[in-house]
Amino acid sequence: MLAKRIIPCLDIRDGRTVKGVNFENIRDAGDPVELGAFYASQGADELVFLDITATNEKRKTLSELVNRISHHINIPFTVGGGISSVEDVNILLQNGADKISVNTSAFKRPELIHELAREFGSQCVVLAIDTKLEEDGEWYIYLNGGRVKTNTKCRDWAKQAVDLGAGEILLTSMNHDGTKQGFAIDITGQLVKDLPVPIIASGGGGTMSHFEEVFEMAKADAALAASIFHFKEIGIPDLKKYLKEKGIEIRL
Amino acid sequence: MKLVIVKYNAGNIQSVLYALERIGLEALVTDDHALIKTADKVIFPGVGEASTAMQYLRERGLDHLIKKLEQPVLGICLGMQLMCTHSEENNTDCLGIFDEKVKRFQPSADHQMHLKVPQMGWNNIHSLKTDLFKEVAENSYCYFVHGYYASLGKHSIATTDYVLPYSSALHKNNFYGVQFHPEKSATVGEQILRNFIAL
Repeated sequence: MLAKRIIPCLDIRDGRTVKGVNFENIRDAGDPVELGAFYASQGADELVFLDITATNEKRKTLSELVNRISHHINIPFTVGGGISSVEDVNILLQNGADKISVNTSAFKRPELIHELAREFGSQCVVLAIDTKLEEDGEWYIYLNGGRVKTNTKCRDWAKQAVDLGAGEILLTSMNHDGTKQGFAIDITGQLVKDLPVPIIASGGGGTMSHFEEVFEMAKADAALAASIFHFKEIGIPDLKKYLKEKGIEIRL
Repeated sequence: MKLVIVKYNAGNIQSVLYALERIGLEALVTDDHALIKTADKVIFPGVGEASTAMQYLRERGLDHLIKKLEQPVLGICLGMQLMCTHSEENNTDCLGIFDEKVKRFQPSADHQMHLKVPQMGWNNIHSLKTDLFKEVAENSYCYFVHGYYASLGKHSIATTDYVLPYSSALHKNNFYGVQFHPEKSATVGEQILRNFIAL
């Protein structure tokens, strides 16, 4: 059976991991390649590298990093952050990225998704969504890393993006992100029902049972987390063993 | 050991090259007929669309060349599908090395609606045959990304279940094909690549 995926996310700035990561068993946790290889050896099913570099050198440092990652890591990985053109994506795929993710740039110019899917195939186009539940009971799209609110509803944009060719959705709930109180079961489950592409749940995973919930209740295809892995609050081998014992299809 | 990766208009060729590097092997990426013909082992990778890939191969005479190779050849993903007789992907006649046909996954409307197409992620391989899977455990997980599949048939040497049981690997004479991506399948994939090199 197709397994549910566990995906650590690494934030990158100027070629280095951003968050203070503390591992005694690797030499340089600030090196995304070494940290990524460590997670791969621990049983991560996929990796996401999110680049938040905001300098003119961005394109060059990122493509060099992606090239190093693809030399050293033996599982699939996605690269996101500031990607806004076919040319951006071409460079990253040429350097060995398996998938790329787009967020704000795709919302501002939805044809980008169509262009990328036509050029490279839907299987490598991930739409990242930051969404927030407002007081009116609706989930809205936020842009620019959650700083800019829009009046577009999450379900509407996700559906439009899939129609344009997005092959997967990385869904982050801003209400849940950083809380460690569990994933957003309702909106994740809603997108799983609405859409014919895999949904990666992100934001709120704090305990092993939260992962069980998002797979069992929301039927998410994958779950992504960052700091709980970086700070060793949950070990990937322990998490995967736990989920397997709960009867969830997991690659051990 | 002269190891050649067939260069054509398909993605992920670099990933295969890097995976070989990780297990200590150098390979040449080329579409040069003489170099391909004289290689000890040939890898025919690919992520892409069947009809444009076949057109590219035909324009360069690579279709006839690949069919006539006598050394071990490993097709990966689209490479494997192109080694079958026909693909439903844009109704494409393929190389016809394996007798199987390539069809699109059609989840049934009643109880398979949760199965998404393409299949993307880690799935088991079982009913393993031949030395390609030496020291690979039954039900090992490999990484798949595909919307089309080869049916089970006399050339099947591995089976995976998604929508229905299908061929996740094929073998005939010196030709091998795998639907999954050994270059992205962690240590299991590395073992399979090593096994191919040792054939």
